[in-house]
Amino acid sequence: MKKLFTIGWKDLLLALRDRAALILMFVAPLALTLGLGLVTGRFSGQDNNGLRDIPVVLVNQDDGQLGIALVNVFTSPEVGTLVKPISDTDAAVARKRVDDDKVAAAVIIPAGYSASVIPAANLANGIPSGDKKIEIYVNPAQPVSAGVIRTIVDEFIARVQVGRVSGLIVITQLIENGLLKPADATVYAQGLTDRLDAPTQSTITVRSISDTGTPPPTFDVLSVLAPGMALLFLMYTVTRGGATLLTERDNGTLARMLISPTGAAQIIGGKVIGIFLTAVVQVAVLIIGSGLLFNLHWGDPIGVVALVLAVAASATGWGMVIAAIARTPAIVGSLGAAAMLMFGVLGGSFGDNFPLPDWLLTVGKITPNAWGIKGFARLAAGGTFADVAPNVIALCIMGVALFAISVWLFRRNGFIKQ
Amino acid sequence: MSDILEVHNLAKSYGDFKAVKGITFGIADGEIFSLLGPNGAGKTTTISMLSTLFAPTSGDASIGGHSVTQDPMAVRRIIGVVPQDLALYEDLTGRENLTFWGNMYGLGGAALKARVSEVLEQVGLTDKGNQRVKTYSGGMKRRVNIGVGLLHKPRLLFMDEPTVGIDPQSRRAILDTVKDLNRQGMSVLYTTHYMEEAQELSHRIGIIDHGELIALGSLQELTRSIGELETLRLHVAEDAEAARLAAALQSLPGVTRVDTTDHQAVLMTPDAEEVLPAAVSKANEISIKIRSIDIEEPNLEAVFLNLTGRALRD
Ligand SMILES: Nc1ncnc2c1ncn2[C@@H]1O[C@H](COP(=O)(O)OP(=O)(O)OP(=O)(O)O)[C@@H](O)[C@H]1O
Ligand SMILES: [Mg+2]
Repeated sequence: MKKLFTIGWKDLLLALRDRAALILMFVAPLALTLGLGLVTGRFSGQDNNGLRDIPVVLVNQDDGQLGIALVNVFTSPEVGTLVKPISDTDAAVARKRVDDDKVAAAVIIPAGYSASVIPAANLANGIPSGDKKIEIYVNPAQPVSAGVIRTIVDEFIARVQVGRVSGLIVITQLIENGLLKPADATVYAQGLTDRLDAPTQSTITVRSISDTGTPPPTFDVLSVLAPGMALLFLMYTVTRGGATLLTERDNGTLARMLISPTGAAQIIGGKVIGIFLTAVVQVAVLIIGSGLLFNLHWGDPIGVVALVLAVAASATGWGMVIAAIARTPAIVGSLGAAAMLMFGVLGGSFGDNFPLPDWLLTVGKITPNAWGIKGFARLAAGGTFADVAPNVIALCIMGVALFAISVWLFRRNGFIKQ
Repeated sequence: MSDILEVHNLAKSYGDFKAVKGITFGIADGEIFSLLGPNGAGKTTTISMLSTLFAPTSGDASIGGHSVTQDPMAVRRIIGVVPQDLALYEDLTGRENLTFWGNMYGLGGAALKARVSEVLEQVGLTDKGNQRVKTYSGGMKRRVNIGVGLLHKPRLLFMDEPTVGIDPQSRRAILDTVKDLNRQGMSVLYTTHYMEEAQELSHRIGIIDHGELIALGSLQELTRSIGELETLRLHVAEDAEAARLAAALQSLPGVTRVDTTDHQAVLMTPDAEEVLPAAVSKANEISIKIRSIDIEEPNLEAVFLNLTGRALRD
C-alpha cells in the first residue's frame, strides 16, 4: 500500500516539474477562462454575452395585463434577438420541452396572476393576495441560457415592484375608470407597495427539473466557463499521466520496478494513483485560482470536493484506456489531444450554446466534461451535494468501468503479464 | 565454496530466433564473474532472465537457493540490478531517485535516509545529490544508476555493461567500486564486451557468443586453453592488402592461425618476437608496406579470436 503512494507521489512530483505540463494544466485553462469571460462580457458589465436565439417557451394562463406585459417583454426590441420565444397553453407540455432539452426554460404565468398582484375591478375583493407566482422551469443542461431567461423575468418583476408596470399605471387606470377615488389612492398604493416590497422570490418561483434549485443570487457565466476549461485541460493531464506508463516502459524504469520486490498490480495501482492525484491537484488549483482571480463562487464545499474527486476518477479512467489503446507515448499524445477537443465539444466545455444535435448530446454523456460541468454549474447556482450526487455516482461508475477496460486492454496487448 | 547462483540450461527464444541457447554456469559466493561477449551475444537477455524480468523459454536458475521461475519475489530481495540502459527519473535529483528506489525495495524512514547518503558517498556524488539527474554528465548518471542497485545491500549484484560510453575517469571509478563491493563480500555478475575489464575484475570469466557459452574459466585457464598464444598485429593501408598479406603468412613456420580484421593481418603464435622478422620480410617480398606492428601477451581477445575467428569488438 505504501508503495502505491510512493509511485503516485513520484508521478505527481514529476508532473509538477514538467514545465510544458504546468502551462497546459494551470496557465492555459485560467487564461482561456479569462479570455472567454472577456468575450462574453463578464468583465465589461454588458448584457451582450455572445448568446442569441435562446429558445424559451412561454405559457400565459393569466388573463390580466401583467401576463401580456411579460410576454411582450420577451418579444420587445429591448430583448431583441437574444431570445426566441414560442408560446404554448399547456404548462405540462412546456415543462416536457425543457425535460427533453428542447428549450432553455419554460416561463409559466399562472391563471389569475395579474389579479393576485393588482387590484381587481371590484374593490370589494380588497387588496390582492399576491399568492400566485410566475414559475420558471429551467433546464440545468443549459445553465447559461436559462440564467438569461431568469434575468429577464427578474427584471420584469423588479419593474412590477417599483410600480412602473403595475402600481402607478394600474392605480391611474382605476381612477380613470372611476373605480377608485383619488382620496383612497395613496392608501391603496401603500398597500400595494408594502406587499410588493417583499423579495423577488415572492412573485416568482424558479424550478429546475428536480425541483430543488433555489435561485442564485446572481448568475455568472464564468461559473460555467471555469469548470468547462478545467475539464477540458483535465483530459490533457490524464492522458499525459497515461503516457508516462509507456515512457516508463521505454526508458527502463518500469522494468526496474518490476524486478524490485513490487508486484505488477501494485505498480499499475501506483500509476493510477499518480494520475488521479495529479488530476485532483490540477482541478483543486484551478478552482481556488479562479475563485481568487475572478471572484468566482463554486458553491457548497462538500459538493465541490465530491465532484472534484469523482471527475478526477472518471478522467483517470480515460487516461488509462487511451494509454492502453496507444502503443507509444507519441500516439497517446495525439489521441489525447483529439479526445480532449472531442470531449470538450461533446461535453459542453465550450458552453451549452454550441449547436449540437440531440444524439451527439447523448454521446456526450460518456465524457467526464458533461457530468462535471453540469454538476459544477448546479453547485454554483446554489445546489448542494445531494443535487450533484447523481453526477458523482455516474462519474465514479465511469471511472471504475474504464479502469477495468484498461486493465483488460493492457492484458490483451501484453503490457501486463500474468 | 557454495554457489550463490546456479544456472541450468537457461534458454530464451524470440519467435524462431534463439537469443540464448541453453547456458549452464555457476557463481561462487564472493566471486566476481564476467560474461564477456560481443554485441548481440545474449548478455542482457541472460541477465533479464536471472533478474526475473521475464521467464526463460526453458531451463532455470537458482539464486541463494530460490528458483527464478518458481519464487521470483524471494530472488528479487537478494539481487541488485544495474541495467545496461539508464533507468532513472531525470527530473528527480540523485537523492530523490535513490530514495524512490529504496522505497521500492521496502526501505524507509531514517534508515533509508542514512543509506542514501552512504550510497551517494560510495558513488562519489555527495555534493551533486540535490541536483536533478538531467543536469548530470553521462558518467555521473551511470554512477547513480549503479547506486540504485546497491541500496538494499544485495548479496548478488548484476551489472550489465556499466561502463559503456563514459570517460576514462568515471570508468576507473566504477571498476574500483566493483572491486570495493566485492571486498565487502558482494558477489557480482558483470557483463562487458571490453576484455580489459573482464581481465582486471574477474575471478572467472564466461565467454558468450551467439547465445552460447563457448568458454568458461579463470583468465589463466582460458589463455592456457589456447596454448598461451600471443597476438601479432600487422597494420596495413587497406583491407585488400591485409587479405593478401594474411594469405602469404599462412604458411610461415610457428604461426598457429592468421585472420584479418580492420586493415590488419592478425597472427596467433606461441612466440611473436620470433615470427616477426620473417613476417616483415614476407611483406617486403610481396611489396606490402607495414604501417605499424603490435604484439599482445596472451589475452581474452586472442581466446575469442581463436574460438570464433572474429574480433570481440566487431
Ligand atoms: N525483444 C526482442 N525481440 C527479438 N529479438 C531480441 C529481443 N531482445 C533481444 N533480441 C535479440 O537477442 C539477441 C541478444 O540480445 P542481447 O540484448 O541479450 O545482447 P547483448 O549481449 O546484451 O548485446 P549488447 O552488448 O549489444 O548489449 C540479439 O540478437 C537481439 O537482437
Ligand atoms: Mg546488452
